[in-house]
Amino acid sequence: MNPSMGGAVGSGTFARGVHPPQRKTYSEAAATEVLPLPPEVAVPLLQHTGVPCEPLVKAKEEVSAGQMIGKADAFVSAPVHAPCRGVVQMFSVATLPNGRHVKTIPIRAAGEQLAGQALYDDVLGGDWPRSGLGRYEPGRIVEAVREGGLVGLGGAAFPTHVKLTRNESRPVDTLLVNGCECEPYLTSDYRLMLEAPAAIVCGAMLAAKACGARGIVIAVESNKADAAERLRQAASGTAVRVSVVRTKYPMGGERQVVPAVLKRRVPTGGLPLDVGVVVINVGTAAAVARAVLRAKPLTHRVVTVTGAGIANPKNLLVPIGASYRALIDCCGGLTDDAVRVVAGGPMMGFALGSLDAPVTKGTSGVTVLTTRDVTRIEETQCIRCGRCVDVCPLHLVPTRMAMASRYKDWELARRYYLSACCECGCCAYVCPAGIPLVQLMRTGKSQMPRE
Amino acid sequence: MGKAPSDVETAAPAGPLIEVAPAPHVLSRALTTRRMMIDVLIALAPVAVASVLVFGWYAVLQILVCVPSCVSAEAILTRARGKRLTLTDCSAMVTGLILAFSLPATAPVWVGIIGSFAAIGIGKIVFGGVGMNIFNPAMVGRAFVMMAFPGALAAGGYVLADASVPVLTHATPMTEVFQRSQDGGAVPADLLASLFLGNTNGSLGETSALACLLGGLYLCIRRTASWEIPAGAILGLLAVAGLDNLARPESQWTVLHHVLGGAFLLGAFFILTDPVTSPLTPAAKLVFGAVFGALVMTIRLFTPYPEGVMFSVLAVNGISPLLNRWMVPRPVGGPVPVKKG
Repeated sequence: MNPSMGGAVGSGTFARGVHPPQRKTYSEAAATEVLPLPPEVAVPLLQHTGVPCEPLVKAKEEVSAGQMIGKADAFVSAPVHAPCRGVVQMFSVATLPNGRHVKTIPIRAAGEQLAGQALYDDVLGGDWPRSGLGRYEPGRIVEAVREGGLVGLGGAAFPTHVKLTRNESRPVDTLLVNGCECEPYLTSDYRLMLEAPAAIVCGAMLAAKACGARGIVIAVESNKADAAERLRQAASGTAVRVSVVRTKYPMGGERQVVPAVLKRRVPTGGLPLDVGVVVINVGTAAAVARAVLRAKPLTHRVVTVTGAGIANPKNLLVPIGASYRALIDCCGGLTDDAVRVVAGGPMMGFALGSLDAPVTKGTSGVTVLTTRDVTRIEETQCIRCGRCVDVCPLHLVPTRMAMASRYKDWELARRYYLSACCECGCCAYVCPAGIPLVQLMRTGKSQMPRE
Repeated sequence: MGKAPSDVETAAPAGPLIEVAPAPHVLSRALTTRRMMIDVLIALAPVAVASVLVFGWYAVLQILVCVPSCVSAEAILTRARGKRLTLTDCSAMVTGLILAFSLPATAPVWVGIIGSFAAIGIGKIVFGGVGMNIFNPAMVGRAFVMMAFPGALAAGGYVLADASVPVLTHATPMTEVFQRSQDGGAVPADLLASLFLGNTNGSLGETSALACLLGGLYLCIRRTASWEIPAGAILGLLAVAGLDNLARPESQWTVLHHVLGGAFLLGAFFILTDPVTSPLTPAAKLVFGAVFGALVMTIRLFTPYPEGVMFSVLAVNGISPLLNRWMVPRPVGGPVPVKKG
């Protein structure tokens, strides 16, 4: 394995995958607006992969914007902060879109708040230096990232400080910043790249310093050429390169983008770290810059509210803990033919059972689909046509894995590597028989007995 | 969760009813199973036209007998099992057409009916219905009538002295080849053209290579049939035929004759590509096709049967699960690591 200096050496694409209609036109032209602060936000104590936080405040306590209100002592965890000034209410429980029940700290907003353009500038605007970052030591960067409660904003919400902590046995030579946003409808990363490219470049350089990467590449899909150009301009004179990759689903998956840009295969069951790469989302990179340079925690993020089922699609800068209802109301509410509200994109997002659920750090968008968008094919027998095999980006055999899960044949499921499935949804997308392949495999993975 | 009844009446907002379902929430509308079967019917249209042009009323009758017989067989036998009917997926119609095309023009009506019931009953319903069978149902029906009523399927090896249609008085090209290879006679020069266009004798569907190619290419372009299967079949056939040509250069029956002659193209594009009975992965499909092609040639060259497509289809259908088992593709990133300890 040759350590690369960060230039793109891959082919810019990967084998198989699907091309769902991109539908970015609903919201791609909408400049990011600041969501008017709702009267109450509910901050979940678990919005990351890892150990849940313990509350640091009590009910009726006054908190200031950015104050840490929850923390866990474990390494794989991230603290949570108050997004606004206010008074803590009685602790509550919320059901996240993925079905988990998590404890939340509700805060009733009170007192003076940053709002509108001032809030936007505080989070994303202002000056983001391209040089002079060498004075920040890696340890200090990681500490700021940890204190800021940063997690991966791409959706998996893995604590960022864990990713950026150096490990002698697993050296890192390249930082890959993921601006692919391969899910249809979503444009939050796109707007961020257009509006705050300097923050992304600055954050990328700091993150690379922390983890020890010498090469830095920002990967952008070809349908966002203008964003790639802005990033190039913002990165001129630095070591940061921009690599434009093919627009294909699921290009944003780390097992697809790492081979496409760097020509290295991430081992099954392993991480990009195993091949010397750390992948972070462009939003996470901007948050790194804010945490290190301005000592501000992760309290706000850009969320796309889009789809044919929303009256006015927008990209919103929202406080963590705002309810989905507040976002939808800000965008004019649901249309009459809205039939499914999805947290995330249509390929892998979770359908919401309640609009009162809170937005978390991993929420990148809300896609509202109408009766015309949602296809219903009656489920029929698998005729072994093999189309699922033709599109699986990991070269698996989805029909076998799904049928093994359905009939609980675990030996067959293991033989076809069920645990390697990343649940991207390409197989279910093309199945002519309408079989719920991803659902079957997800069930199978959870029921398969451990070896 | 847990609202008092009075709260529900005042608090529930008016608005659309939102549903919850698992991802993915959008599906490609390009293909359903029914659409794939309709594609096969469309692709078989050139073959049907060619057979009607050559065999006239005989072809029409055979099609009119086999297709409704297969559909009724599926209706009756599925009901007998107490299962829901799925006739609208058109798979029984496809089986009927293929069975009709694999029978000779002069096969009696009752052969078509019995063959249809054997095809659907033994070839499909007994295994559990559509998607569950191991062997191609049309070939199962054909094999059944061939074993049970060999005399009625005369065109394979005999010449009809008193037939009214001129072409039926000739032996099929494959029979001629067999006989001539025994006697050492010459092959007519225009045979290649007639094999390609279809004015020769044979079973209903095998005469026109051009029709089979047109329909087959349509299926491959539509992705209803996997191109790896006919590609592998042609390669396998070429390999064995090429070897035979090298071994016996005096034979004027070239590799091209073998590709265009007999039911090979019909089998490679329409019968072998049945998704239910073929393997799942591209590499396994290539091997599947190649074994079929090699088997067809072997049967043609080394056995008394002039045509080997039916047997070869059934044989490779039998090894299809084995190919699936032996050729599990390697995931990107390697197999799942075995946890130690």
